[in-house]
Amino acid sequence: MYTEKVMEHFASPHNVGVIENADGIGEVGNPVCGDMMTFYIKVKDGIIEDIKYQTFGCVAAIAVSSQVTDMVKGKSIAEAKALTKKAVAEALGGLPKEKMHCSNLGAEALLEAIKNYEASVSGKPVTEAKKPRRPKRHKICGNCGMKNPITANFCMGCGKGLQEK
Amino acid sequence: MKDSQKKIAYMDHAAATPVKGPVLKAMLPYFDRDFANPSTVYDLGFQVKRVVEEQRAKVAELIGADPEEIIFTSSGAEANNLAIKGTIFSRFKKAKRIIVSAIEHHSVLNSARFFERLDYEVTFLPVDKYGLVDPERLKKTLDQDTALVSIMHGNNEVGTIEPIRELATVCREHGVPFHTDAVATIGSVEIDVHEMDVDLLSLSGPPLGAPKGIGALYFRKNTRLMPLIHGGIQERGRRGGTENVPGIVGLGKAAELAKSSMKKRAAHLTQLRDTLIANVLEKIPHAYLTGHRERRLPGHASFCIEAIEGEALIFMLSRNGIYVNTGSACASKALKTSPVLVALGIPAALAQGSVVFSLEETNTLDDIDHVMKHLPTVVERLRAMSPIWKNGAPVANMA
Repeated sequence: MYTEKVMEHFASPHNVGVIENADGIGEVGNPVCGDMMTFYIKVKDGIIEDIKYQTFGCVAAIAVSSQVTDMVKGKSIAEAKALTKKAVAEALGGLPKEKMHCSNLGAEALLEAIKNYEASVSGKPVTEAKKPRRPKRHKICGNCGMKNPITANFCMGCGKGLQEK
Repeated sequence: MKDSQKKIAYMDHAAATPVKGPVLKAMLPYFDRDFANPSTVYDLGFQVKRVVEEQRAKVAELIGADPEEIIFTSSGAEANNLAIKGTIFSRFKKAKRIIVSAIEHHSVLNSARFFERLDYEVTFLPVDKYGLVDPERLKKTLDQDTALVSIMHGNNEVGTIEPIRELATVCREHGVPFHTDAVATIGSVEIDVHEMDVDLLSLSGPPLGAPKGIGALYFRKNTRLMPLIHGGIQERGRRGGTENVPGIVGLGKAAELAKSSMKKRAAHLTQLRDTLIANVLEKIPHAYLTGHRERRLPGHASFCIEAIEGEALIFMLSRNGIYVNTGSACASKALKTSPVLVALGIPAALAQGSVVFSLEETNTLDDIDHVMKHLPTVVERLRAMSPIWKNGAPVANMA
C-alpha cells in the first residue's frame, strides 16, 4: 500500500517536535477528519534555519511531514513557498490515491507557517490573497474604444475587425 | 518479514483466520480423489452427495437446527444477502419496510439499502453507548408494514452481544421474520436457533477455522425464501451452482470441532480478553473500552486511545509483530470513520484512535505480554509527536 520511502519516514520520522520561540507557526487539518499538522519554522536572513512539526494522523500524514522538513530545511523562503503537494508526493515515491488530498497537508502547513512569519515581520496581519478577477466580458475596440460583446467579430461602433488581440 | 525470529502476535481473527489442521486434512481428498459432482447419479457422485449431507447435519447440530434448514453459501456476506433479499423478494410488495440496527455488517446494511431504490423504507434502529439495541424500541418501531427485521448477534467492531432472544420474541409476536448475523459469535458463543427463536441466521467458515469462501444460512422450516442464484436443484433449489465440496467438508469438520471444544475455547478466550482489557486500561492513560464490558464476545477487546490515529498505530504495532485492526477514517478506503463507532456516540476525534483485538484459541498469555510490552511505548511515541497531546494529557475541546 505504501512505498518503501514512506515506510522509512514513518519508522523514523525526521525533525519531529516543537520549536520554542518559533518565527512562524502554521496549523492545518483537524482531528475529526483524522489528520492535523502543526509546523514551526525558525528563519534567519531569509533562510529556513530550523523546522519542526507535530502530526496527528496516519502513516501518510507522518511521512509527508517528515519529507517536507527534509525538502526545505536550509532553503530560502522563496524556495519553500514554491514547494507543491505533488513534489512532496513524488519525493516519497507516490502516495495512495485516497491519501493525496487529506493526508498530503505538509506543504499547506508549511505555507501557513511562512505566512505567519511574514506577517510578524511586516507587522501586518495576513491578508487573504486577492480573489481572481472575473474574466473580461467585453472586447474594447482598439480603433474607437467602443465596448463590444466578447463574442463580437466586428466593432459595433466603427466596423473594424476584432479577431486580433 | 526480514527477521524470521520476530515474534508474531496475530490478533486480527475477525479479518482472517488460519485453517485448522484437521479441517485442512479433511478437505484435501475432495480436491482430487473424491472430485465427482454430487448431483450425478452414479456411485462416485452419490458418495460425495452423502458426504455433503453429513456436513449439513454437523453444521445443523452446532446451532440446534435440522439438516434441511441449512443452505451452504459462499460466505457470511452471501448468507446475509440471501436472508434479506431472499425474504423480501418472496413477499414482494406485501410489506415495504425493513428494520436493521445501526451497527450491522456492510453486507446487511447494503442489502437492506438496496431496497430503498425499490421504494422500500429502511429503518436503522439506534444503539446505546454500549452498542445494545433496546427490544422496547424495536417494539415501538415495528408495524404491519414491516417485511423483515435483521439484527446481528455479535458486533465484530465493539464486541457487543445483542439480546437476540428478546428481539426475536418481539418479532414473533408481530409475525415479522427475524434474521440475525451470527458470523462474529459462531463457535465462541452457544447458539441454539430454537432457544433464540430466530427465523434466519447467517454464519461463515473462517471464525470456526474453516477456509474463506464457505458460509451457511439457517432458515426455519416454512420460512419463505427466494433464491439469489438461480440454477439447478442444488441446496433444494435455493442456491444454484455445483457445491463447493471441499469448502463444505471444511465447514462441517470445523463445526464438529467447535461443538466439542466450545466451552474450553470460550473460557480460554475470556481469560485472555479480560487480561488484555485490564492491562490496557491500567497501563495506558486516556484509553477507553468500546462496547459492553460483560455482554461481549469472548475473544474481543476494542479500545479508543486518545490523541493518536489508528492507522499509524496499527502500522507501528505491525512492525513489532502485533497484528490488529482499527475503525479509523484514515484506514478505510472511503476515508469515513467506522459507522459503528459513530452509532455508539463516540466523538469523531476519539474514534480515530480506535484499535480492535480479535483473539483466537491459538493466542496465549504470552501474546498479551508481547502486546503490553510494545503498545504503551508505541502509544507514547505517537502521542509525543501529536499536536493534540500536551504534558501527558489530551488538549481539551478536540472533540
